[in-house]
Amino acid sequence: MNEIFKLSLIFSTIRLSTPLLLAALGGLYSERAGVINIALEGLMLAGAFTAAAVTHYAGNPWIGLLAGILAGMAVASIHAVACIRYKADQVVSGTAINILMIGVPALLSGAFFLSSGSTPQIPKDNLIPWTPVVIAFLLVPLTWYVLYRTPFGLRLRAVGENPGAADAAGVSVNGMRYAAVLLSGALAGIGGAYLSIGQSSLFTRNMTSGRGFIALAALIFGKWRPVQTMLACLLFGFTEAISIQLQGVKVGGEEIPNQFIQIIPYVLTIVVLAGFIGQARAPRALGMPYQKER
Amino acid sequence: MKLLRELLFPLVAVAAAFVVGGIVVLLIGDDPIYTYKLLIGSALSWPDGIGRTLFYATPLIFTGLAVAVAFRCGLLNIGAEGQLYVAAFATAWVSIKLGGTVVDVFGTPVNYSWASLPAVLLVPLAILTAIVVGGAWGAIAGYLKAYFGAHEVITTIMLNFIAVALVSYFTQYHYKVPGDPILQTAPIGAAAHIPRLSAFIPGLPESIPLNVAFILALLACALVYVFLWRTKWGYEIRATGANPTAAEYGGISIRKQIVLAMAVSGGLAGMVGVNEVLGYHHRYYDSFSENYGFTGIAVALLGRNHPVGIIFSALLFGMLQRGAIPVDAFTEHVSKDLVQVLQAIVILFVAAEAAFRGSFGRFGLLKRSKV
Repeated sequence: MNEIFKLSLIFSTIRLSTPLLLAALGGLYSERAGVINIALEGLMLAGAFTAAAVTHYAGNPWIGLLAGILAGMAVASIHAVACIRYKADQVVSGTAINILMIGVPALLSGAFFLSSGSTPQIPKDNLIPWTPVVIAFLLVPLTWYVLYRTPFGLRLRAVGENPGAADAAGVSVNGMRYAAVLLSGALAGIGGAYLSIGQSSLFTRNMTSGRGFIALAALIFGKWRPVQTMLACLLFGFTEAISIQLQGVKVGGEEIPNQFIQIIPYVLTIVVLAGFIGQARAPRALGMPYQKER
Repeated sequence: MKLLRELLFPLVAVAAAFVVGGIVVLLIGDDPIYTYKLLIGSALSWPDGIGRTLFYATPLIFTGLAVAVAFRCGLLNIGAEGQLYVAAFATAWVSIKLGGTVVDVFGTPVNYSWASLPAVLLVPLAILTAIVVGGAWGAIAGYLKAYFGAHEVITTIMLNFIAVALVSYFTQYHYKVPGDPILQTAPIGAAAHIPRLSAFIPGLPESIPLNVAFILALLACALVYVFLWRTKWGYEIRATGANPTAAEYGGISIRKQIVLAMAVSGGLAGMVGVNEVLGYHHRYYDSFSENYGFTGIAVALLGRNHPVGIIFSALLFGMLQRGAIPVDAFTEHVSKDLVQVLQAIVILFVAAEAAFRGSFGRFGLLKRSKV
């Protein structure tokens, strides 16, 4: 354990937390407004693929990032319309989005790049390795401010806790929910874009590999609050960093099985959700479509 | 008339999926008619197409039933994927430990077993193991929901990842043949193999992996029907799903029903292991599942959470999976991933439709719990 080892661990923790944090903050907006978002995985994939593909064609990562955001929002709008307009079960709709987004990028990369699910390499100069990290961590105080100190945030929370009362006070429940779900698409889109044009230099099939679900876990572990969610993302990023650093490292002649480190976020989430550590209370109207009374 | 109404929306959903899928095919530069002809034609050819369609439908019948039983109790089990993994590994473990000497990937005879049971004992034991272990894994989520209020959707997602990590750990560190580059266990004892249907059906070549598990899947449909509609437990599960408050006033312990429903659900998902391990790979093969657990959600929704409907929708999705292979090979641009897109669209349409009928009572429990 020397200095360099520790420093690199901190850096990789921050880098690995970033996509989780972006997606988790996205999920936070959606869920605080009352819409369950297990589609984060799919939204990230949409952002990752689009950002890589557009950066390849445009030769400019900023246009790619923007495209990734728009793609996240476009896919989120499917979830929004299904859940809000058609009152579909939000978990089922989210599952559908996740399945859809395994298929669509693979289908498109086959058509555009004649590959089975990946985009061409992007030159190193066209990558954005740090900007999304800065965006992600700046978004934490911003989200806190928006949520607790602005009328928009108040309405958002009201819509997620007691939509009936919010409606009576003149807030458009469905309008707020559309905004929240689209916002979650945008943020998860950045998170995905960071994976493809920040951390690596191309999109590969299913490259999120469950990060959308870890983000969801962090959101629950952080009890749907921005700062706690950030800490949860850092913790989960740290476990990932450790599991990478420990690969092949032997302690007392025995390899430490990676799998035991990988499952830490999932176990912790179950523990928190079951109320063994404090209480995780979800927004009260989470998962319930709003039906205006006549 | 009622039956017709029940059938109408699933058919509309499938038709809509094919239309949207066709537009996608057109946009990426292929002929949709040709693509669909290829897809359906090849899936219905005898014997290869039909044989493999039925083989692919087998796990989907099990996961479809698994999701449906939970649904009937007002629970959404998206953990079938994890349940089938632990069960598949467990059934392989039993068949290795009690299966006697086998020949490993390098052609050398090896013996990892404690005993060598005859097929009449080993096969039922291996099947029972799959059901019990899958059921136990499902029951964890049920227990956490019933007694700690942890929402089953989140816990099953987490348990999926935990299951995959655990079985991959055991495979990698304890049950792999040393030197084998593939992440898979040692082969199971020959006594645990269940026969392929080619042994009974003339004209079906031996290369088709369709096996006795398909018959077990049909049997499971009948048993689930009897369980849900002809037993006290099934009645209590459905009562809990329809209206938990009323069920509780009626003297039903909804906690017990939640655990029971998740256990039955997990046990059904676990049967996928029988098809894969005893009937096909003859070993546990890491990440064998082609999203069977998640496709099971589509199968159950499209099949109206009824065993008969599930057989038909599993056949449809099995067909898509079989038909995707030539689509991948013989079209310019379209890849087999078209199937995922079709599946997702079906789910979206069916999910939105449930709300049209105001059948949210089914999700009554979702409202009561924490996430």
